[in-house]
Amino acid sequence: MAFFVDPIGFIIFWLRGLLSGWGLAPGVVEFIMDALGVIAIGSFGLGFTIFLIWVERKISARIQGRIGPNRVGPYGLLQTFADIIKIFTKEHITPRGVDVAVYNLAPVLSVMAVLLLWAVIPLASTVVGTEINVGVLYIVAVGSLGTLAILIAGWSSNNKFALLGAFRTVAQMISYEVPMVLSLLTVTLLARSMSVTQVVAAQDVWFILVSPLAFLIFLVSSQAEMGRAPFDLMEAESELVAGYQTEYSGLKFGMFFVGEFLHSFTVGALVTTLFLGGWRGPGAEQYPILGIFWFFLKSFVIYFITLWLRFSLPRLRIDHILDYNWKYLVPLGLMLVVLTAVLDKWLFMVNPAINPWLRALAQLAMNAGLFLFANFLVETRNRRKPLRQPVGAPRPVARPPEKASITEKAA
Amino acid sequence: MTVMQILFLLIGLVTLAASVMVVSTRNMVRAALYLIVTLFGVAVLYVLLNAGFFAVVQVVIYIGAISILFIFAVMLTRDVTGLQAAAFNRTWLLAAFLALVLFGGLFLALQGWSGFETVPPAFTDDTPTIRDLGLALVSPDGYVIPFEVASVLLVAAMIGAIYVAWGRK
Amino acid sequence: MIPLSWYLILAAAMFCVGLYGVLARRNAIAILLGIELMLNAVNINVVAFWRYLNPENIAGQAFALIVFAVAAAEVAVGLALIIALYRRRNTIVAEEIDLLKW
Repeated sequence: MAFFVDPIGFIIFWLRGLLSGWGLAPGVVEFIMDALGVIAIGSFGLGFTIFLIWVERKISARIQGRIGPNRVGPYGLLQTFADIIKIFTKEHITPRGVDVAVYNLAPVLSVMAVLLLWAVIPLASTVVGTEINVGVLYIVAVGSLGTLAILIAGWSSNNKFALLGAFRTVAQMISYEVPMVLSLLTVTLLARSMSVTQVVAAQDVWFILVSPLAFLIFLVSSQAEMGRAPFDLMEAESELVAGYQTEYSGLKFGMFFVGEFLHSFTVGALVTTLFLGGWRGPGAEQYPILGIFWFFLKSFVIYFITLWLRFSLPRLRIDHILDYNWKYLVPLGLMLVVLTAVLDKWLFMVNPAINPWLRALAQLAMNAGLFLFANFLVETRNRRKPLRQPVGAPRPVARPPEKASITEKAA
Repeated sequence: MTVMQILFLLIGLVTLAASVMVVSTRNMVRAALYLIVTLFGVAVLYVLLNAGFFAVVQVVIYIGAISILFIFAVMLTRDVTGLQAAAFNRTWLLAAFLALVLFGGLFLALQGWSGFETVPPAFTDDTPTIRDLGLALVSPDGYVIPFEVASVLLVAAMIGAIYVAWGRK
Repeated sequence: MIPLSWYLILAAAMFCVGLYGVLARRNAIAILLGIELMLNAVNINVVAFWRYLNPENIAGQAFALIVFAVAAAEVAVGLALIIALYRRRNTIVAEEIDLLKW
């Protein structure tokens, strides 16, 4: 019975008992358990991606009025396996003049940056990779490793297009890290802790209701951090060469690919943990397996929303992307942090044991007011300074030479 | 030799080797990448010192921001290949000598010190947490003045950097 | 456990390597890299002293945090100066930046 209530906790308990039964020292048992945990989470993440790729292709196909993979296996479920076999058997091309060690390190680093995030996400009340007291800060730190991976991939490829793509990407990612950190700061203030499990525990009222602005800022900035549409300038297939991954082939390209797909679901998981109450839901306290169910349900909803955004919005221009970040999101995030802190402190001083719903209502009202104010500012500016209409001198167009001149020359 | 000591020696060796490569390699982008390895090593040392907060801050600030800034600066100021005629001064031997003398002096000075072989005291309930650190940084009896001065310094650095690097039109 | 001396020696070695970089390199960015190494060595020392000598006292942590802030400010201004110099004089070799020398 215990197995069905909390399968993972049960397995951990059983395995620990087994190892101790063999007469191993407690330190060695801990080490083995930790190593097994790392292997389990890592392979879960990578294996899950196989399924995610199928999901994403199916959803994108439906949004674009196609059918999607439907040949290999039922509903095309095995399509990804066919692709994996293809990508495994491809040749590894190492172009001339690349910095070999760095060139090979970059794809590994880019997958690592995503997998490391799973270490702190609590999947259920008993299932959490590791409990660190600065978990929220850890999320930021790991995010910056992804930036690094892209930069060294672009540089080591010895290709000017790869380098330019990497520059664009890094400029965008560094910029969008700022509002992301600000929204995480708001979450930290509301939860009064930087530990991710504490953040989940503090969400008697989901933080999406307490601070919807922080939720929106986090969603937008993590979409930009991932480099997916509408922020996918780095690999705008129809306009640029593929960006930083231009020179990668075979499995190394596949690694970037896996990193990207896993990242988009990881963002769903992060949003769930930070704003949607994580594993919390009816019955999740008594039956941890229900917690896992709630967690993945919520994550898939957010994941679906990000995919929806991706496939229905057009691509933005780079100056628009950066303008939107520095002139709108960052000031908004700063004001949100300050106002949240002041309001929360005031509520706490008035009544330390305030009803969480009352607190949420006050914060929600503040958020709405702030949003209307920001909107008002943008509207006034737009009215005062109308957007420039792109009209001007007609551009030179390549035309076929006049018929007459051709005949003259021929004559 | 405990496991911790072996771990420390490995980390220390990697950190030190990478830092030597930072100052000796001719390719500047590579030097910046070796700096990243060094900074990672330092972050791991912070973990060994039970200062997990500083390890994470090290990764955020140094690896996430400073080293990327360095790579950008290298790429903006040189051709990407980065190989120049001479990477070192004529007096590099003197510099190496001075560095060695300094290390020897530090080593001798430290060896005479009584607290050299201290082992760390166990953590008690009084050991400050991050919460205490945060409170100390903003409390008037704590470190609010250094904290505010650091904030002013950062703002001044930001304004100065933008002004200095701004291209004149 | 690891004795304090190991940390101190490692930090001293890193400091000296950084010093060598500052004194011997010609490229101004390489000099800044050396300064970063020295700052990191100092910070290892600060955190190690906090942990080994007086973990109850928060001063060590506060000090280390200020060093982080100063390092970030230093790099921002230093690199901005170097880029401005490169724009004006097209060089970042420290010896060639000699307008004030007569």
